[in-house]
Amino acid sequence: MSAHRLSPLATVLLVLGAAVMLAPMAWTLLLSFKSNAALMADSGAAFAGPYTFENYAAILKGSLTLQWLANSLVVATGAAVGVLVLSSLAGYGFARLEFPFRRTLFVIVLLGLAVPEQAVILPRHQLFAWLGLHNTYPGLILPSLTGSFGVFFMTQYFRAIPRELDEAALLDGASRFTLFWKVLLPLTLPAQATLGVFTFLAAWNDYWWPLISATTSDYFTLTVGLASAQMNYAQTSGLGFLMAQAVFASIPILIVYIAFQKQIVRAMAGTAVR
Amino acid sequence: MNAAARDRWAGYAFVGPFLLVYAAVLVVPLAMGLVISLHRADLFGRRAWIGLGNYTQALGDPVLHQALGNTILLALLIVPPLTVIALLLALALNRPGRFAAILRGVFFSSLVLSVTIVTLIWRFILTPDAGLIAEGLEAAGHAPIPFLSDPDLVIPAIAVTTLWWSLGFPVMLILAGLQQVPGDIYEAAALDGASRWTVLRRITLPAIRRTLLLVVMLQTAAQLQLFGQAQLLTGGGPGGASRTIVLYIFEVSFGRWELGYATAIAELLFGMIIALTLLQYWLVTRHEGQRT
Repeated sequence: MSAHRLSPLATVLLVLGAAVMLAPMAWTLLLSFKSNAALMADSGAAFAGPYTFENYAAILKGSLTLQWLANSLVVATGAAVGVLVLSSLAGYGFARLEFPFRRTLFVIVLLGLAVPEQAVILPRHQLFAWLGLHNTYPGLILPSLTGSFGVFFMTQYFRAIPRELDEAALLDGASRFTLFWKVLLPLTLPAQATLGVFTFLAAWNDYWWPLISATTSDYFTLTVGLASAQMNYAQTSGLGFLMAQAVFASIPILIVYIAFQKQIVRAMAGTAVR
Repeated sequence: MNAAARDRWAGYAFVGPFLLVYAAVLVVPLAMGLVISLHRADLFGRRAWIGLGNYTQALGDPVLHQALGNTILLALLIVPPLTVIALLLALALNRPGRFAAILRGVFFSSLVLSVTIVTLIWRFILTPDAGLIAEGLEAAGHAPIPFLSDPDLVIPAIAVTTLWWSLGFPVMLILAGLQQVPGDIYEAAALDGASRWTVLRRITLPAIRRTLLLVVMLQTAAQLQLFGQAQLLTGGGPGGASRTIVLYIFEVSFGRWELGYATAIAELLFGMIIALTLLQYWLVTRHEGQRT
């Protein structure tokens, strides 16, 4: 850790950089509190009052935004829970149990890390069409559950737990599942929090797959719904409303981010060195 | 049943559920993709075997060549600056204290936004029609610049948008890498009276080269698949000047319904990403055996 103080020049540059990061968000926030009519007349109007809640009121009554919000919550939560369950089970199996082809299967799972989404998304779209999975929640969630990273991450985590714990529990007559569920799983909670948050973020922000899988507006996630709203509005006629939608859609994810910031950053420390 | 045999079945019971989903939703589509790319196929299941026909079509497709050029240019405009800026930020923010903690939070914040929201915000920053930049230029007595409709400016504009959006994750990774460097190396260097520049060049950078490699590999793979920013900001325009490979895949499959051809392009992109990733890995690690 460098104990050097930041030079004045570096401090100024950092503050400028931070301003560049924040200015677009602050501007969006301001626009979201202006009436569409006022912005039509003069978009510079954002920097002065009067401000209004009418755009947020419009979202809350009538528009599909609430339905999209619910869809995003279901899909992102489903993805996070699914990944946690599957990765914890598989991670324990790969880390602790001996069975034929264990190493081969693990390598096959790791190879998945090298497969970009583009290599599977079109055939997957075809496959899901045959199975009637488009415009359903399982259809939106299932692709998130194939991530090799979660299995790799949980396997590493289980491997770091001392084996003496297993032996003691097994001597006490615990079954494999009791050992997993009662003894080891509680020790992995920090890893669960990290993996859960990252999966939630990724599923919440995913755009390409829901764009082609959810084609009826009832099943749009927020990303796809907001994109369709952008396309529908003329350049500036609904600017305030669009910006309010953007702010509204970002609130849940910002809450998750702020609540779990420590876990997110700590988890990065674990993955970067491998 | 003895313990070993019980473990065997227990093993499959634990890894089975994931492997089932992995096989059905990843491995099967991966194999299907190779087969579909050898067919003239549409979105509705009609198929005819044409061997490598789709691949030869790709070789002679000027639109694909333009998209490939655009994609490579974008990756070059994004990955090196992103890595350098992220490294400088991580070096500056890798210190205790409130000031650094708040700035870390600020620089991480944009990564939680979705591409839809990022492009929504940046469209209205870049638009010459009373956008944020246009307002600033106007105040300075300059005419607004049509970033998104000028074929020479559209790619840099998308690159800047992407830099703003993608900065947080590399900074996080590099900060994490810096935390792993043992502190006593720095103490020894300080005792030897090494300058800060020497410490950075001889100790810090070699210690985090793996992390930097990871950042470059992940970002290259991600930017070669750039899609949402181009689709939402410009739709690939003007005149295809910002069409990326994945946007073209989207147009060919869901606009022209030519699933076979789109899949062949996706397979070519897959091969390109794997080859580049392996090349980067080899370039960085080839000397490591001799050095240590």
